[in-house]
Amino acid sequence: MANYTQTDSAAGAPLLSVRNLSTHFPLDEGTVIAVDGASFDVFEGQTLGIVGESGCGKSVTARSILGILDKPGLIVDGEILFRRRGRNSGSEEVLDLTSFDPDSSEMRSIRGGEIAYVFQEPMTSFSPVHTIGNQLMEAIMLHQDMGKDEARAMGADLLRRVGIPLPDRRMDEYSFQLSGGLRQRAMIAMALSCSPRILIADEPTTALDVTTQAQILDLMSGLQEDNEMAIMLITHDLGVIAEMADYVVVMYLGQVVESAPVDDIFHNPQHPYTQALLQSIPRIQSTGQDRLASITGSVPHPYARPRGCPFNPRCPAFMLGTCDTSEPRLQPIGTRHEVSCFLHHGA
Amino acid sequence: MNDGQRLLEVNNLRKHFPIQHGLLRREIGRIRAVDDVSFYIGESETLGLVGESGCGKTTTARCILRAVDPTSGEILFRSEDGSTVDVATAPRAQMRSLRHEMQMIFQDPFSSLNPRMTLMDIVGEPLVISGYPRSEREDRVAELLRVVGLRPEFMRRFPHAFSGGQRQRIGIARALALNPRLIVADEPVSALDVSVQAQVLNLMMDLQSELGLTYLFVAHDLSVVKHISDRIAVMYVGKLVEMAPTDALFATPRHPYTAALLSSVPDPDPRTVRERVVLQGEVANPANPPAGCYFNPRCEYATDICRSETPQLREIAPNHFAACHRADELALAGVV
Repeated sequence: MANYTQTDSAAGAPLLSVRNLSTHFPLDEGTVIAVDGASFDVFEGQTLGIVGESGCGKSVTARSILGILDKPGLIVDGEILFRRRGRNSGSEEVLDLTSFDPDSSEMRSIRGGEIAYVFQEPMTSFSPVHTIGNQLMEAIMLHQDMGKDEARAMGADLLRRVGIPLPDRRMDEYSFQLSGGLRQRAMIAMALSCSPRILIADEPTTALDVTTQAQILDLMSGLQEDNEMAIMLITHDLGVIAEMADYVVVMYLGQVVESAPVDDIFHNPQHPYTQALLQSIPRIQSTGQDRLASITGSVPHPYARPRGCPFNPRCPAFMLGTCDTSEPRLQPIGTRHEVSCFLHHGA
Repeated sequence: MNDGQRLLEVNNLRKHFPIQHGLLRREIGRIRAVDDVSFYIGESETLGLVGESGCGKTTTARCILRAVDPTSGEILFRSEDGSTVDVATAPRAQMRSLRHEMQMIFQDPFSSLNPRMTLMDIVGEPLVISGYPRSEREDRVAELLRVVGLRPEFMRRFPHAFSGGQRQRIGIARALALNPRLIVADEPVSALDVSVQAQVLNLMMDLQSELGLTYLFVAHDLSVVKHISDRIAVMYVGKLVEMAPTDALFATPRHPYTAALLSSVPDPDPRTVRERVVLQGEVANPANPPAGCYFNPRCEYATDICRSETPQLREIAPNHFAACHRADELALAGVV
């Protein structure tokens, strides 16, 4: 494999390219537009952070990529282009994941094999009636040509790599016998079992305490350095984003409102939503008990999406007659910096 | 804060839960959820109680409201009429009259409101229980809704019509119904989105200055606790390890656990490069804690005395308490 540096891979072709993705949930009460024309790229060896509040579509985006949408979710538009290792070494092929049936053998080999997923809640993402070892071995034997003993040895080795003490004993334990931090480590071990090229981590540390969170984040960056894998990190925590991400996508009500390198998001945010979000977080470095700047109102109900820009009812820079009538589009305003706002480009 | 202004004083509070086994439910051990905890809260002050899951912060909060009966210890509450009541041992009848002075705000705004009751019923229920005149009830509920920033017209609606932040406002209105003096808030903003969290924190701070409320603010998020608290107490495996005024605790932590906790909080600025203390191992088991200081297996500064003797909470600097044998000699990094 070529020696990738960060700039090399950023300049090269993306590993995963999501183009204009729209995912809808047609329900009896109406259609929920969970993802509305989202576009972003994931590069090798880099971490893409997706940040947003609950209901912004960040998890549905991840689930759309893997074809594990809950019913009745449906990808109605867009492309998910994935650059896959070819059969013979060196060659690569680009596949549109939306063109496959989620249950097809093609998708099943990509899911878990090439793109792995770490769930938010480690308690519910393991089966309580099978041992950790059995579940790990199942994943290994499904994607790789291996016997039982070999798979078991590999499973124990994976648990050791993610820093679980006494891995051989843990193989025979059940998920409820592990603490939250160990369970999340086991989850990551399972995701790594087939050396995926992309790891999608959906709020991997939200259910954990801060000291455990620090351990897991350290583990993930260490593994990324070793494997050169791409990480797509989904979280609502801007602190975690600042620490982990190279490039950040900010989502609101299913749309990408801003995307930029991590430093620009925090030091040169251009969308009013990004700016307000950054001002509303209490900081550990702050002094005194000032009032926090807060965003008025709350995230609209999915059945009552506002017309025009999705953020217009809460926006401090709202322009009557523009923001509430037409929808802004994501357009570049700088190097790798894109914003979807009429303040930056007219209607 | 001088002694005369203390609203609540907790002395040597313990809550042990028995571990029972077998048909006869024989007691085979005890979980020391709260183990010899002492602190006080001054009038109109906010004490933040922080710690990781399972450290006993919620149990401490529930003992103060007598939602669970403490195993031993004193919880002295200075009542409105000036008398001091020990909540830990007060008889039922006395507790009933005390309860309107201390109220609770719950963590989950979705499960703490009955979906079959309207706002009028939810916010008005404390009024019904305390025998508030029926004719004035509706006016009082309307006033309470206005105070927390909701429209009084919402009174006939059910909780499902409201977002998380609005529901937490309803919970706050219910807690305020009987003009309490002490409010115990157990993780009041941890279930909310960041943009809404700021609204609720601002509301709680406004209410405090308007109504002179005293808060015990239980949370795991250090940046939130820092924002709202005057003083902060840090718990680890059922014990207080450090207690200090907010600025002192963050600038010069005196317990290695506090320092590790502070350095674990991710900073929302990609330009900061910080030396992070990553703790090894797991939190001690409260049913079978290690000898000596409970933190010693994870502490990089542990010496022989830490493995044999339990440190007591002592005053290291004025008003700055820590339970560490080496608190005087260690120079721990804080957050500036």
